Amino acid sequence: MNCEGGMESGDKRLLNAKALKAQEIKEQWTLMSLAGPTLLIIVLVIFIPVGWLFYLSFIDGDGQFTLEHYRKMIEYKSYARTFVTTFEVSLLTTLICIVIGYPLAYFLALLPARWSGIFMLAVLLPFWTSLLVRTYAWLVLLQRKGILNDFGQHIGLWDSPIKLVHNMTGTLIGMAHIMLPFLVLPLYGAMKKIDQNMMYAASNLGASPVKAFWQVYFPLSLPGMVAGSLIVFVLCLGFYVTPAVLGGGRVIMVATQITAILENQFNWGSASALGVVLLFATVVVLYLAARFFKLDAALFGKS
Amino acid sequence: MANHNDNGALKHSTALPIHIQGLTKKYGDLYALDSVDLDINSGEFLTLLGPSGSGKTTLLMAIAGFNRPDAGSIRFDKKEVILMPPHKRDVGMVFQSYALFPHMSVAENIAFPLKLRGVSPKECTARVAEALETVQLSGLGDRGIDQLSGGQQQRVALARAFVFRPRILLMDEPLSALDKKLRERMQIELKHLHQKLGVTTVYVTHDQREALTMSDRIAVINDGRLAQVDTPKAIYNHPANAFVADFIGESTMLPLTRDESGYLYFNDRRITDTAVKDAPNGWSLVIRPERLYVVDGEADTNQVVVFDGTVVESVFQGETAFALVAIDEGTELSVRFGTSSAAGTGSLHPGEQVSIGLLREDVIIIPRDR
Repeated sequence: MNCEGGMESGDKRLLNAKALKAQEIKEQWTLMSLAGPTLLIIVLVIFIPVGWLFYLSFIDGDGQFTLEHYRKMIEYKSYARTFVTTFEVSLLTTLICIVIGYPLAYFLALLPARWSGIFMLAVLLPFWTSLLVRTYAWLVLLQRKGILNDFGQHIGLWDSPIKLVHNMTGTLIGMAHIMLPFLVLPLYGAMKKIDQNMMYAASNLGASPVKAFWQVYFPLSLPGMVAGSLIVFVLCLGFYVTPAVLGGGRVIMVATQITAILENQFNWGSASALGVVLLFATVVVLYLAARFFKLDAALFGKS
Repeated sequence: MANHNDNGALKHSTALPIHIQGLTKKYGDLYALDSVDLDINSGEFLTLLGPSGSGKTTLLMAIAGFNRPDAGSIRFDKKEVILMPPHKRDVGMVFQSYALFPHMSVAENIAFPLKLRGVSPKECTARVAEALETVQLSGLGDRGIDQLSGGQQQRVALARAFVFRPRILLMDEPLSALDKKLRERMQIELKHLHQKLGVTTVYVTHDQREALTMSDRIAVINDGRLAQVDTPKAIYNHPANAFVADFIGESTMLPLTRDESGYLYFNDRRITDTAVKDAPNGWSLVIRPERLYVVDGEADTNQVVVFDGTVVESVFQGETAFALVAIDEGTELSVRFGTSSAAGTGSLHPGEQVSIGLLREDVIIIPRDR
C-alpha cells in the first residue's frame, strides 16, 4: 500500500507502483464524475440562489448595505409571532405524526412481508397524489357545509356546524396527513432492522410483552423515530400550500409571510431576510438534534 | 411476580427434568414436529441434532415458548408449561444471533434478567461480576456490545442466559458464527460450564462432531420425528436406522441377504455369527471407513470379515488418508486410516491388490428402509 516507505529495501517493491497508483486515481475520478451532473445542479439551484438571497437581505432599495430588514424583524411583533406560529405548527404536526405514525409503523413492521406491502401502499398512495389536490380535499371534507360537519350533525354529535378549517385545527389535520409518510417510512425501516430474536430474548429473560416493548423495542426504534420526526419538523418549517389554504389567513407561517411581503410590498430584501433567518433556525435545529441523538443512516447515511 | 420468592433461595438451583409428549406442530401440510415424545433428565446435556429443516429449532422454540404447538404436552418436572408465556417459564436461552441488546452495555445486558426479577442493585452488581468472571470477561462490563469480538459476544450471551440461575438452559446453534478453532475451544468450555452449573441443557446443532463432543445424550431428529435418542457412543456405534448411520459419521451401506437359518451374507461372505430375525425390507451392513484396515497375510475369518479388492483411488488428507477399494462387481468400499509412519498403510496405490478387514465386533447391521 505505502510505496514510499519501502525505498531502501530494493526496487521490487516499486515494480509497476506508479502505473497502479495512476490506475487507482483514474478509477476514483471516473467514479467522482458520476456525481458531476448532480453537483452542478446543486450549485446552480441551491448555492447560487441561497447566496443571492443572503446578499439581497443586506441591501436596501437604493442598493446600499443595510441591516434594516433584520432590525424590522426584531422591531415588529408580527414577525416574532410568525416564527412562534411556525414552530408551534411544526412541533404539533410532528407530535401528531408520532402519535399516529408510531403504531402504524409498528403494525406494518409486524405484518408478514406480503401484507405489509399492501398496507404500505395505503400509506404511499396519498404520497403520490398532488399536494394541492389533497389539501383541497381536506377543505371539502372539513368546511362549514362539508361532509364531516353534515355527518356530525346528521347523527347528532353536534347541533351547529363546528369550525374545522381556516384555523389551527384544519392546518394541523392537513399537515399531519401530508407529513405522515415522512415519519412512517424511516421509522418502518428502523423497525424492520430490529432482530425478532431481540424480543424473544427479552421475554425469555423474564420481560412481559409491555416491558419488552419499552425496554428493548422502543429504544431500538428510537433512531428511526428521531430521523422521521426531524424530517417532518424541518419540512413543516418551510411549508406553504397547506397552511395557506387550510389556515385561511389565520395561521401565518414564515413561508406565508414571505409570499405576503413579496405580493404586497414587492420587498425582496425583507423577504430574503425572513428566508435567511428560517434557514438558520432549521440548521440550528438539525445541529442540536444531531448533537443530542446519534442519528443513523435514515438521515445522514452514516451506519 | 411469580419468581420473586425464589430469589436468593436459588443459590444453587436444582435442575429440572423436561417431559415432552405428543408434541406436534404443522406448517401448512408439513409436520415440523410429528408427535414427538422425549424425556430429558434433570442436569443432562442433551443435543438435538438434525439437518436444517428437521424440526430441531422448532422443538427448542416450543420449549422456550416462542411458538405455539398444535398439540402435545411439555412439562418441567411436574408442571405443565404448554400454555405458559415465555417470560414466565424461567428458562435461559442463548440465541444463534446472540440477540444482545445493542443499546445496553455488557453489564446492563447481563443485569437485564436480574432487574426484572427485582434483585437488589447491590446483589445485581455482584452477580454480574460473578457471571463475567465465569465466562472470563472480567472488567469488560462497561463495554458496548459493538466493541466486542464475536467470541466475546457469545460469552456475554451465555452469561446473560445463566446469570438468573434458570433451571433449564437452551442453546440454539450458539457456536455456528465462530471460526473453527474458537468453536472447538468453546465446545470444551461450554461442557465445563454445564458441569459447573449443573443445569438441564438442551443444545441444538447440525454439526455432528459438536454433538458427539459435548452431549450426555443426542436426540437425532429428522422430518419432525426423533430418529434415535442415545449416548454419543451408542449413536455412533449402534445407529438404529439408515438415517442415523448416514447422518452421523461416514458410512458405506451394503445390502445383505439372509439365509433360512437366519445368518446374514454379503454376496458369499457371512457377516453375522448369530441368527437374526427377518426384517420387512431386509438388512444392511453399515461400515465405518475408519473401522476397516489392511489385512497383512492370512486373517482368521472367525473374527474378521475379509474383502479382497483393488485400490481405485487414494487421497492424502492430512491427519487421515482415504482410499476407495473396488471389491465385488460394482461395489466400492471407503477405507480411512491414520497417516502415522507406524500405521504403515499410507502407501496404497491405485491398481494395487489389497485385502480389507472388518472385525466382527465392528459389524453394524440395520434394518433397511425400503
